[in-house]
Amino acid sequence: MSQLNARTEPRFVRYFLITIALAFFALFLVLPLVCVFHNALSKGWVVYFDALKHPDAIAAMRMTLMTALVVVPMNLVFGVAAAWAISKFDFRGKGLLLSLIDLPLSVSPVIAGLIFILLFGAQGFLGPWLIAHNIRIVFAWPAIVLATLFVTVPMVARELIPIMKSQGTEEEEAALTLGASAWKTFWLVSVPNLRWGILYGVILCNARAMGEFGAVSVVSGHIRGLTNTMPLHVEILYNEYQSAAAFAVASLLAMLAIVTLIAKSIVEAHIRQGQK
Amino acid sequence: MKTNRMVVFITALVFGLTLAAPVFAQSKVTLLNVSYDPTRELYQAFNKAFADHWLKTDGATVTVNQSHGGSGKQARAVIDGLEADVVTLALAYDIDAIAGKTDLLPKNWQTRLANNSAPYASTIVFLVRKGNPKNIKDWDDLIKPGVEVITPNPKTSGGARWNYLAAWGFALKKWNNDDTKAKAFVAALFNNVPVLDSGARGSTTTFVERKIGDVLLAWENEAYLVLNQLGKGEYEIVTPSLSILAEPSVALVDKNVDRHGTRKVAEAYLQYLYSAEGQEIAAKNYYRPRLKEVADKYASQFQSVNLITIDEAFGGWKKAQQTHFDDNGTFDQIYQVK
Repeated sequence: MSQLNARTEPRFVRYFLITIALAFFALFLVLPLVCVFHNALSKGWVVYFDALKHPDAIAAMRMTLMTALVVVPMNLVFGVAAAWAISKFDFRGKGLLLSLIDLPLSVSPVIAGLIFILLFGAQGFLGPWLIAHNIRIVFAWPAIVLATLFVTVPMVARELIPIMKSQGTEEEEAALTLGASAWKTFWLVSVPNLRWGILYGVILCNARAMGEFGAVSVVSGHIRGLTNTMPLHVEILYNEYQSAAAFAVASLLAMLAIVTLIAKSIVEAHIRQGQK
Repeated sequence: MKTNRMVVFITALVFGLTLAAPVFAQSKVTLLNVSYDPTRELYQAFNKAFADHWLKTDGATVTVNQSHGGSGKQARAVIDGLEADVVTLALAYDIDAIAGKTDLLPKNWQTRLANNSAPYASTIVFLVRKGNPKNIKDWDDLIKPGVEVITPNPKTSGGARWNYLAAWGFALKKWNNDDTKAKAFVAALFNNVPVLDSGARGSTTTFVERKIGDVLLAWENEAYLVLNQLGKGEYEIVTPSLSILAEPSVALVDKNVDRHGTRKVAEAYLQYLYSAEGQEIAAKNYYRPRLKEVADKYASQFQSVNLITIDEAFGGWKKAQQTHFDDNGTFDQIYQVK
C-alpha cells in the first residue's frame, strides 16, 4: 500500500525531484572528482608519475600508511570493546562513555591538535619532562598518531553500537546458559554476527585516518620528507605552485575515497542481508 | 582460529615497526631549518650547494630538512618544541619571540652574525596585471577608489608587517612625519583590501590563481617568482618611489644544536649563506645579496629604490610591533571588519 502511495505523485514531480538530486550530486561530487584527475594529468603522465615517485611524496605516503596501520587496529579494539559494553550491558556512567566517544565529532580538529601541543609541547604540561628524557612526541610521528587517534575514536564504535543493539542479547544469553565462557561467547557468537559491521567501521576509520588534515597539520611541524602526511604534502605542493603534482597526490586520496565508497556499499549490502 | 589471528596481528606489528624504523634512524648528519613561506625555492637550491660544500670540507654527508609556513606560526612551533637547529624567519621579531619565551637561544642572537644576522635582504614591491590597467605607480595610487589591494594579515604574516610599515613609512615621508596623517593613509589603503590571507603565499595564490585584486603587495623575491614562473607576460612589477629594507633574519638555536650535537655543521651552514656561493644562490632567487661583488654582478636585476630601515623609521622591531601590531595597536584601530 505504502509503495503504491509513493507513486501517486505526477510523473513530472518525480522526475523533477530526481533531476535536482542528480544535478546536485554531479555538481558537488562528480565534478570536483573529475577536476582532481583532470588537473593531475594536465601536464601528462610523466609529471603525474614523477610527482608520485618523488622521495618526499613517498615519505608522505609511508607516514600516512604507518599512521593508519597503528590507528585503525587500536580503534578496532577500542571500538568493539566500547560498543560491546554499551549495547550489551547496563552500567553506571554509560551515558558519559557514550558522550565521550562522541566528543571528537563535536571538537574542531584544530583544537584536537592543539590539545596535544598543550599537553606534550615544550611549553606544555608534560613538555619539560619529555625533553629531559629525550622523548619526542610533538612535531613527530607519535603526535600524528595521537591526533589521528583522537579524531577517529568514534568511527568504529559509532557504527557497531546500533547494529549490536538491534541484534539484542538473546544469542549471547543462550550461549551463556549452554555453558560457554564469556570469552568464548564473545568470539564465537558476538563477533561473527558483527563481522560486516566491524569491516564497515574499519573502512570508515581508515578513510578518515588517511585523510585527516586539521589536527595533523597542527602537530606535524611540516618537515618535508619526515613528518608530512599525504594531505599535508598536497598543501605544500599546491603552495609551491606545483598544481599538477599536488593534484597527482590528491588523486591518490581521491582513489582511496572511491575504493572506500565501493567497499562500503558492498559491506552495507551484506549487513542488510544479514538483518533480513 | 584465535592463534591465527594473533599471528597475523604480531606479523603486522613487526612489519609495521620495520617500516617505521628508517623514519627515526639517523645514519648521517641532519639539520632542521625552520623557515618562512617564500624561501622554499631558495633553500632547496642552497641546501644542495651546502651539502656539496660540506662533503668537500668535512667529509660528512649532511641532509637539511625544511619546514615552511607563516613566519609567526613557525616561531610558535619552535617555541612549542619543533627542534630546529637553525631558524631562518621573515623578521627579527619572530626570532626575538623565541628568545623571549624560551632559553633556546640568547637574547643578543642578532649581534652574532653580520648585517643584523640577515645574510640577504629584500624589499616590498607592487605586482600588477599586464599593462598596469589601473595605472599604479606609487603608494598614493593604492588608496584611490576602485583599486583592490591584496596583502596578507599583519597579525600572522611577516611579509604583511613589512608591507604595512613600508606604506606607513611612505606616508611619514610625504607628510613630514605626521603620524595622524600616516594612520589615515594606511587606513584608506586597508579599506581597499578585499581579502586578508594569513600568509604571503596565500595572498599570492589569491592574486594569481583566484585572480582577485589589481595589485599585490609582495616580497620582491616572491614577485619575481610569479613573474618568471607563473605567468610570463601576465604580470608587471612596479617599484614604488620608497620602500622598506626587509631583513629576514637567521639564527642558530643553541639548545637544540647542543642536544643534537650539530653545532659545528649548523654554524657552518649559516656562515655559508654569507659566502660568495651562498650570496649567488640568494641573488638567483631574487634576494638582494649583501656581499659587494655579488651585489654588483646582479645589480641590473634589482631596481634601485629608496629604502628606509626599521631602526631609523620605527625605532626597531620591538617598538614597531608594540605600536602597530600588538592588540589595540594601530592595525587594530584602523582595520574594521566591513
